Amino acid sequence: MAKSVVLVSNIYKDYQTAAGGITVLKQVDFSMEAGDFVAIMGPSGSGKSTFMNILGCLDKPTSGQYTLDGHEVATLNSNTLAKIRNQTIGFVFQGFNLLSRVNLLDNVALPLVYSGVNKAERQMRAKVLLEKVGLGHYVHSLPNQISGGQQQRVAIARALVNHPRLILADEPTGNLDSKTGEDIMALFSELNADGISIVLVTHESDIAAHASRQVRFLDGRIVQDERSRAIVLATESKETIEEKEPN
Amino acid sequence: MFLAMLGEAWRAMGANRLRTFLTMLGMVIGVGSVVLMMAVGQGAQESVKESINAMGSNLFIVLSGSSTAGGARSGSGNSSSLTVKDANAISELDGVSNIAPISMGNAQVVFGGNNWSTSIIGTTPTYLDIRVWELVDGYVFSDSDIRSATRVALVGKTVVDNIFGDVDPIGKTIRIKQNPFVVLGVLKSKGQSLDGRDQDDTIIIPLTTAQRKILGNQFAGSVRQIMVQANTPEAMPIVEQNINGLLNQRHNIREGADSDFFVRNLTAVANSAAETTRTMSLLLGAIASVSLLVGGIGIMNIMLVSVTERTREIGIRMAIGARERDILLQFLLEAIVISVIGCLIGLFLGITGAMLVNKLTQAAVVISGNSGMIAFAVAASVGIFFGFYPARKAARLNPIEALRYQ
Repeated sequence: MAKSVVLVSNIYKDYQTAAGGITVLKQVDFSMEAGDFVAIMGPSGSGKSTFMNILGCLDKPTSGQYTLDGHEVATLNSNTLAKIRNQTIGFVFQGFNLLSRVNLLDNVALPLVYSGVNKAERQMRAKVLLEKVGLGHYVHSLPNQISGGQQQRVAIARALVNHPRLILADEPTGNLDSKTGEDIMALFSELNADGISIVLVTHESDIAAHASRQVRFLDGRIVQDERSRAIVLATESKETIEEKEPN
Repeated sequence: MFLAMLGEAWRAMGANRLRTFLTMLGMVIGVGSVVLMMAVGQGAQESVKESINAMGSNLFIVLSGSSTAGGARSGSGNSSSLTVKDANAISELDGVSNIAPISMGNAQVVFGGNNWSTSIIGTTPTYLDIRVWELVDGYVFSDSDIRSATRVALVGKTVVDNIFGDVDPIGKTIRIKQNPFVVLGVLKSKGQSLDGRDQDDTIIIPLTTAQRKILGNQFAGSVRQIMVQANTPEAMPIVEQNINGLLNQRHNIREGADSDFFVRNLTAVANSAAETTRTMSLLLGAIASVSLLVGGIGIMNIMLVSVTERTREIGIRMAIGARERDILLQFLLEAIVISVIGCLIGLFLGITGAMLVNKLTQAAVVISGNSGMIAFAVAASVGIFFGFYPARKAARLNPIEALRYQ
């Protein structure tokens, strides 16, 4: 059996607000092995985004343990966390989050700046990845000169540039039409086939169906964790129809 | 990595050129005015220092007292109480390096068809040493000219201009109060004194000749003034005390009675003039520094706006692996690049302005090499000082909130 990449046990996350403390995550246990492709689903406010932030080392749990790649995250300092975000994890966001003033090549190469790679190698690696996601001709374009689907491909290339072991994608298809969304999901499946672990947050069941495992959050708890694709499709077909945007 | 960040800073500055330019303008004006004011202030100090050097250093002047004739007191320098013997006695005192007894007055000078009223100074050759006064032509009369009271003269530039015109004065005979004098030398121009007198409008002749032929003293051997030079500035208070003691003793002045002479410290006057210009240039520098400070605050202001505007960008950078110090360095570099470029432009404008001031007003300006270095160091530290707070603010942003920022 493959080694655990992510091991979360008994995590709680509290927030202090003006209205008082609220608990966003309650008693969450989760683990995933190298090569897993996990889709996280759940309604708004169910805690899935907070969970992603914790997985991505952007946020820390109030209590409980999170072990990433054998490291106990709570004990790491901010520089080490930055290094993990830089080299172990690749982020893909719903809003693409490319730097608007910077051309595609430099956008993709940006993580390498923070790992101290020299300029020639940065550009070479970024170019290879842009070609891999089918945008080899656009290296000098700015993000606002290409379509949303293309921007998301650039964001994926950026997430891949430092050879991460884990990709965290927060509603990567949320801003895209369904055809483009399918293309992006095909790209993710391809990456997963290359051995990269993927965690993907989505609202849409047919997007989640690309994953090999579906996890459902409700009120800060994991209420469902299914590995079989067939069962998920059967049990959620009704919801799929409801959640799908009419188009 | 550093180069990549410098590139980032450059790109960020290019993204909003007008704003970058206006921010820079604060530094340009600040550094420019500091450089200009320093140049003008140092120039003023230099020209005062030059005037002081022209006067001679560590100087006292001993004036004879007032004489009373028919109830009217003549004012200082008019009695005949000081003598050449007094002068010789003073030269024996410790700490005195040179003395020059002086008798002077005004007289009409004639050469050919021209005439001119000028001041006549009768003195000894040491007078020229004390005043650091050189000749441009000819030679100085000697001590034997003093002993035999020969009729020879050294003429100042103003006198030469007024009575000789284009004629070479050396060896020519001029008439002073009808007495013929041979011109031995021409004095180098000294320009205006600190109180605005034309120092070149003068003729120097041997002391004895002046007393006998021109000024007609009542008592042979009496002089109007004795110029005394001390060895060092430190010796001056003691020398002054000793001159007073010596002359009181020689003139039989009892304790508590009025002296028949005055001792004036010329260097003290000059030093206070130097002090005034130094204070003035410090003041100018201080005022200019305020504009540098304002420029720095302008940078801080814009950097704070820039951090707020780019909150989302900061979040993205943090999510893909930027450390706190990477973000800090990025914004700090931007502030430093703005202030250093502004400083270079300000330096250029300040120097140009100083040269323009020099051209238009003839005022002396001093552009020292290290004022450039200072300006550069100041610009870098202003950049760091005023850039640090916004940069730290950026580096301490919470990445989740930064990513969510719209």
